[in-house]
Amino acid sequence: MRYEAPQTVESAVSILSATPAGCHVLAGGTDLLVRMRAGMSEPEVIVDIKRIAGMHEISAEEGGWRIGAAVCGAELGEHEGVCAAWPGVVEALELIGSTQVQGRATLAGNLCNASPAADSVPAMVAAGAVARVAGPDGTRDVAVQDVPTDPGKTSLGRGEFVTSIFLPARPERASDAYLRFIPRTEMDIAVVGCGVNLELDADGTCTQARVALGAVGPKVILVEDAAAALAGSALDDAALERLAAACSQAASPIDDKRGTVAFRKHVAGVLARRAAIIARDRARGEA
Amino acid sequence: MSNIHVTTTINGDSVEYLCAPEETLLDVLRDRLGMTGSKEGCGTGDCGACSVTVDGRLVCSCLMLGAEAEGREIATIEGMAAGEVLHPLQRKFLEHAALQCGICTPGILVAAKALLEKNPDPSEEETRYWLAGNLCRCTGYDKVIRAVMDAAAEMREAS
Repeated sequence: MRYEAPQTVESAVSILSATPAGCHVLAGGTDLLVRMRAGMSEPEVIVDIKRIAGMHEISAEEGGWRIGAAVCGAELGEHEGVCAAWPGVVEALELIGSTQVQGRATLAGNLCNASPAADSVPAMVAAGAVARVAGPDGTRDVAVQDVPTDPGKTSLGRGEFVTSIFLPARPERASDAYLRFIPRTEMDIAVVGCGVNLELDADGTCTQARVALGAVGPKVILVEDAAAALAGSALDDAALERLAAACSQAASPIDDKRGTVAFRKHVAGVLARRAAIIARDRARGEA
Repeated sequence: MSNIHVTTTINGDSVEYLCAPEETLLDVLRDRLGMTGSKEGCGTGDCGACSVTVDGRLVCSCLMLGAEAEGREIATIEGMAAGEVLHPLQRKFLEHAALQCGICTPGILVAAKALLEKNPDPSEEETRYWLAGNLCRCTGYDKVIRAVMDAAAEMREAS
């Protein structure tokens, strides 16, 4: 194995392009090093992107925030601007692992690891986050929901890697929330996860919503019917009931040791309702 | 494959070593530098026995490559006591008998020190969440938490 720590995006792309099958990107390493140890991954080359300028930066851009691919959970959680604008995304990333893991784990890594149960991904999808991808043909922007394709698989092409995640501008009276179900209080993998992102008008009517589910399908699910259930409503009980039903309907989980199909479908609805209430209260400035 | 030459700072001292590309920082500390205070429990970032700080940030040294340490500031359990004088956390762990077999203890001490540097007055709940990534199979955690809270109180009074 070879370890490379390029200092530019171009140099990283050229190393990645030269060894497409055996080359792995290292950001926080909290998944990659575990896979290597288990013998599930035997990279020929590791490209550590943490020496590339900008990878550790969180910068304001067009009213939103651009988060470098090497920004760890602890750094994101200490950033007042991002916490104020996107509390749901921050809480989702911060749910991953221990304090130690938070010192390394990144949004971009959680996305590219492509676990169906990734906590930050439903929150990013609900947020309408966009991944910036660098590759041999320059950079392109990809909606976060289009990056994972199947468990452990992404749509990234040869020589490509994610350099940053963009969280868009936050309008007035808008907020987000993420909840997951695990059978304990800390340090576990989501049985179901749900991100909700809402915008309200001055009367408190929901003008726009995005709802995404994790761990209930081979990849994150953006639930259009759930968004439609909320849009135009006062987020009253009837609307929340429709939201829950849409999420239970959209969930297509498997039975495994962590939960049954029936349980996961039910919990998808429960979490959506609860996350919507948290997002609503935050959008109203009540939480 | 040729080894990588790394220059880094460990507990304030400049250190150089050669390591293989796939070698973790934990393996470098223990096997190349003879710093065996950091323990390997799981090797997969679940147990926290290998906790160190890198540029002040608490991490598992088993989830980091030795090569990544180039130019960083590493702090390990070996740097915690000042010579013969134990850190208040170490003293309180002894007073409260907050350990039995001791394998988890260096990691817990490093993690608790990082907590108190960030928050000198943590609640018990904050302390328990902060240390959730440090597994102990002997104590049941109560004595560990009491020792950390007591050390925090003493350090606040002293400062």
